[in-house]
Amino acid sequence: MTIADAAEPAVSTGRKPVIEIDDVSKVFGDFTAVDHADFTIAEGEFFSMLGPSGCGKTTTLRMIAGFEMPSSGAIRLQGQDVSNVPPHKRDVNTVFQQYALFPHMNVWDNVAYGPRAKKLPKDEVAKRVDELLGVVKLSDFAKRRPSQLSGGQQQRIALARALVNYPKALLLDEPLGALDLKLRQSMQLELKRIQREVGITFIFVTHDQEEALTMSDRIAVMNKGRVEQIGSPREIYDHPATVFVAGFIGQANLWPAVVKANQGTTTTIEVAGRAIEVADDRSGLRPGDHGTFMVRPERMYVEPQLSDPDRWTVDAVVTELVFQGPVVRYELRLPDGSGAVAHVPARRDGLPIPGDTVQASWSDESSVLLPGSPDQAPTVETGPPITAPPVTRD
Amino acid sequence: MTATATQAPSTEPVGPVEQVKGPRQRRTLRSRWLGVWSALVYIWLFAPIVVVVAFSFNDPAGKFNTSWNQFTLDNWLHPFAKADYTAALVVSLKVAAVSCVIATILGGLMALAISRYEFRGKGLVNIVLVLPLTTPEIVMGSSLFTLFFARDLDFGFTTVVIAHILFCLSFVALTIQARVRGFDWSLEDAALDLGSTPWRTFRTVTFPLILPGIGAAFLLSFALSIDDYIITSFVAGDHTTTFPMRIFNANKTEIPPQVNVIATAILVFTGSLMALGTWRSLKRAKL
Ligand SMILES: Nc1ncnc2c1ncn2[C@@H]1O[C@H](COP(=O)(O)OP(=O)(O)O)[C@@H](O)[C@H]1O
Ligand SMILES: [Mg+2]
Repeated sequence: MTIADAAEPAVSTGRKPVIEIDDVSKVFGDFTAVDHADFTIAEGEFFSMLGPSGCGKTTTLRMIAGFEMPSSGAIRLQGQDVSNVPPHKRDVNTVFQQYALFPHMNVWDNVAYGPRAKKLPKDEVAKRVDELLGVVKLSDFAKRRPSQLSGGQQQRIALARALVNYPKALLLDEPLGALDLKLRQSMQLELKRIQREVGITFIFVTHDQEEALTMSDRIAVMNKGRVEQIGSPREIYDHPATVFVAGFIGQANLWPAVVKANQGTTTTIEVAGRAIEVADDRSGLRPGDHGTFMVRPERMYVEPQLSDPDRWTVDAVVTELVFQGPVVRYELRLPDGSGAVAHVPARRDGLPIPGDTVQASWSDESSVLLPGSPDQAPTVETGPPITAPPVTRD
Repeated sequence: MTATATQAPSTEPVGPVEQVKGPRQRRTLRSRWLGVWSALVYIWLFAPIVVVVAFSFNDPAGKFNTSWNQFTLDNWLHPFAKADYTAALVVSLKVAAVSCVIATILGGLMALAISRYEFRGKGLVNIVLVLPLTTPEIVMGSSLFTLFFARDLDFGFTTVVIAHILFCLSFVALTIQARVRGFDWSLEDAALDLGSTPWRTFRTVTFPLILPGIGAAFLLSFALSIDDYIITSFVAGDHTTTFPMRIFNANKTEIPPQVNVIATAILVFTGSLMALGTWRSLKRAKL
């Protein structure tokens, strides 16, 4: 079994759907915040919504929680249409972006708020609160006020408070955004552990692609209110469906391409003045169409001479070499004047240096043909994607 | 999970160590003058109050408690000796209690609505709220008189209460609005999200958190109500007399020391309430 198989979407493994977003749109005035979103989230799944700020993630989450009503479409919770059910009658709970802990209550009362609101008997409330405080490892802090806790502890209290009702799904709106890098990384593992422990569906909103890749069973990549692609982290990384997804997740060399011929799933294209074949092409482009050709920098080889004749290769000149520890980052210039970036393992010797003429190559399964032009790639907060300048011919 | 914070090496800027003499001396001189000046301002502010308190221990020679005669505790032992003053005080307290409870509820709801929701005409409501604060009392008093007179209302307790609600409302709404400005409304969302009904959410989250603001607004309006003379005298009619009216009406014929006693008592009462409030918010800030 390959890694890609292991990360197959949970829905296809036959688990029951918990939340169905059925062709949902949300319009504020004449601004469309969510545009025909349509997907299903399965029981026990760790599902992420990933996209740049303002793409409609929070709005989607608020519609699931009941704080916003969809302008059209329906939201179903375990098969039941809840589109117009108020938030306090929905069986989902939220971890808010800024935690929203009640400042006038201690930690224990914060966590007990949900079961008390549901009028559970006293001993049941106590049992659940103690259990959840144990799960987030904060039993010793029960009598403290939220303001006496660190950011990471407040985060875990918010988590315990939202889980204590055993909701059908837990909604998390950028829960780690306020934490510093180290704490964020340990909380990522912590969240995964807690999710496994309680077995509740998590719907996790983030604009951090690394976080989404690390944690999710499946990711929905959103852009300008639209869901661009849904799939496992592996699928989305290896087979992005759009130029936006390719540029937003990880780094990508994106070159303009023109389709020459289709033979089955193999497509012949022209890139940087060369004819190249793309295997397993899913772009749907026909001969004559313009598209974008993508190779990830870490899938590129940079060698003085091509060592494997099965790879596709272009001549290139090294313009820049940056040592980054485990990898060396090469900036290359192709014969037609366009640029490329390659990350290669930092071996001790035999590395080409600036000015050298090299072979830049990649194997069949490392390239993807995408519909649309390279300038649809996002300008990401976490460093811009590597977009080659357009091919110029004279 | 443990996040061990590694102590970074101290990066405190190392400034010039030796002190330059000149500016420092000038600064102490300046702060000395500042001290003297502040003391003068405080004397200016508090001298009348000191006089009021001191004269509550005076045994006046005549009907007017205006010149020092002799120390006594008599006034304090018989604060309610003057029946008509006591009756006026009771009227004042009743007016204040009724009008401030109503003004606090109405003003509080207005403040919440204005802070929480977007609605048409919100700007207009805000302007209308500020108007009574900027209207001279004499104008407000005479307009209310005309209004009530034209409606053929019986002047008395009810008209006074209506008038007091009117001028307290703006103070209450603006005070609570100021306190609510930084309120984190996502707390309400969090409560609803956890299954709490809107009413329970208000009771257990919103209300306890804005209670200090409501308390402050209530005390402020209570003080305003107890204090008001001009508007009240326009709408009180012939048979209703509040404490300030009683004093003002009588000051040609007598000023008994009980006035000072009651004034001092009010002063001490409101002063300790304020001290309590400040102490509690300081304690909370320290947590
Ligand atoms: N209540 C609202 N009224 C008007 N516009 C809104 C409202 N809520 C969100 N928006 C707009 O919808 C867009 C998406 O917002 P949001 O869902 O918060 O994005 P994200 O969480 O992905 O950053 C933003 O442009 C935002 O300005
Ligand atoms: Mg958001």
